[in-house]
Amino acid sequence: MPEAVLEARGVTAGYVPDLPILHEVSLVAHPAQITLIIGPNGAGKSTLIKAIAGLLPVSAGQITFGGADITHIRTDQLAARGIAYVPQTDNIFRSLTIRQNLDLALRRAGAGAPARLARLLEQFPALADKQRDKAGTLSGGQRQFLAIAMALATAPKLILMDEPSAGLSPKAAQEVLEHARTLTRSGVSILLVEQNVNQALRLADHCFILAEGRNQIDGPADALLNNKVVGEIYLGARRMGAA
Amino acid sequence: MIGVISYLVFFATTASILAIAVLGLNLQWGNTGLFNGGVVAFFGAGAYGTLILGGTPQAGHLGGYGLFYPLALLGGMAIAGLVAWIVGLLTLRLRHDYLAIATFGVAVAFENLMRNAEWLAGGAKGVRGFERPLRDALGDGFTYNIFFFLVVLVILIATYLFLERLVASPFGRLLRAIREDEEAAQSLGKNPARVRLMAFITGSVILGLAGGLYGTFYAFVSPQDVLPTLTFQIWAMLIVGGAGNNRGAIFGAFLIWGAWTASGWALSRFAPIEAQLYTGSVQFILIGSVIVGMLMWRPHGLLPERLVVSQRGKTPSA
Ligand SMILES: Nc1ncnc2c1ncn2[C@@H]1O[C@H](COP(=O)(O)OP(=O)(O)OP(=O)(O)O)[C@@H](O)[C@H]1O
Ligand SMILES: [Mg+2]
Repeated sequence: MPEAVLEARGVTAGYVPDLPILHEVSLVAHPAQITLIIGPNGAGKSTLIKAIAGLLPVSAGQITFGGADITHIRTDQLAARGIAYVPQTDNIFRSLTIRQNLDLALRRAGAGAPARLARLLEQFPALADKQRDKAGTLSGGQRQFLAIAMALATAPKLILMDEPSAGLSPKAAQEVLEHARTLTRSGVSILLVEQNVNQALRLADHCFILAEGRNQIDGPADALLNNKVVGEIYLGARRMGAA
Repeated sequence: MIGVISYLVFFATTASILAIAVLGLNLQWGNTGLFNGGVVAFFGAGAYGTLILGGTPQAGHLGGYGLFYPLALLGGMAIAGLVAWIVGLLTLRLRHDYLAIATFGVAVAFENLMRNAEWLAGGAKGVRGFERPLRDALGDGFTYNIFFFLVVLVILIATYLFLERLVASPFGRLLRAIREDEEAAQSLGKNPARVRLMAFITGSVILGLAGGLYGTFYAFVSPQDVLPTLTFQIWAMLIVGGAGNNRGAIFGAFLIWGAWTASGWALSRFAPIEAQLYTGSVQFILIGSVIVGMLMWRPHGLLPERLVVSQRGKTPSA
């Protein structure tokens, strides 16, 4: 197994002091892999992502990134170190144009910005055509792509994605997830929270299941896909719904 | 006739100075979302600073450094910025309502300090002994007032242009992004606390500039000039004109100052003698009603914020 890119050990965190939502949660993500986090609503998935992104105080445990302790590092400093966070909602600036959104994310790119912008627009043709439109006018799927493009603009080593397919049509959801897969081919690691468990498990490398703020099962994604218990809890309803 | 013109010049000078202050507040509230409830503290820091640095020697309190006027004015602005820096570090982590209360408290503390610390700025008597720049050459009369008005007007226009460029610049975009969604901005590597502090200081320096000009105009400043009333008036100007819109800020300043002056005149002329004692209070009620009415029926002001639509073909700046 190659060196972990991200490791959380016994992380306890929450929104208000003395009321932890996460209880000693641990997780490992490896380079150029998709590490999936699943679990019921309110399990603490978004909370975990936010704690890693430096948006919530961690009261116990440790988070390391590339071997360095980042437990108490500010979000903007983490971004500079190569961790991009795509929030579950409100992940673009609606009153700015698409181009301005991207420019904002490219501010740190310096002289490399024009080339990086060109590459992003190539990668997301839907955005290229709409550069001068307000981001608020984009469709749900286009917004997710913009949010991902903005994350990529910071040239991250690790992207934290919180339900990028939420609210999208099955086709758009599939596109977003497949895009995530292509990103890992360029060496980016992805920590992904998803409700489209079935689809996501097919794309992911490894998966952690959370419930009530605690680790449940974890294992290789394909093994969990065929795991009876997981199947019953998370996949059964969907299979029946699809039938 | 000359009386009317000279009154108009006097009116326009005061309104322009206030318009500069409203522009400063607009950067803080309109563009950044910072509720500065202590506008007069920064306005006052600029006024006191300018007069103390540029004034003639004083017995009993600081001052009399007799600096070359532009330096004194810049010094006043720097002092306003310094106060903003300290206040900002202490309070900017607070959200809207708490920030408003904290800054209001700062302004009251400032007024009390000025009123009581005689060694500092003359206490209740205020700071006098200020020679208006170029007075020897232009005299004290109408010519001087026209000249001073033109200088203020040029400074107002320069401030307006500076802020328009600032708002359209990447920094302005960043302000809007942070106002819209702080976490998303943070996750792109922005430091909202620092950006907000910069906007707060810049706005306060502009408030200090207005204060410095105000002090220069009257060649005098006292604790009476830094009462919460002024904060209230400047806020009214911004709300009525249109927060987030620099032209609205200037328009609001002239409109409210016009209404304030006119209502004062009308009350003193037509109100029954017994009511005249309360002219000031009646004016407050009128202005208060205007604010409430605006907030109810036209909450974005007469000239609402225009959100910049596009920046054609610009490459991202480093
Ligand atoms: N801003 C907040 N302040 C306080 N408590 C919160 C906040 N956000 C979430 N919580 C609480 O934290 C717990 C976990 O929420 P979280 O958003 O992490 O769940 P989730 O697993 O992401 O759920 P979902 O699948 O619905 O997105 C919930 O009990 C929720 O009520
Ligand atoms: Mg969530």
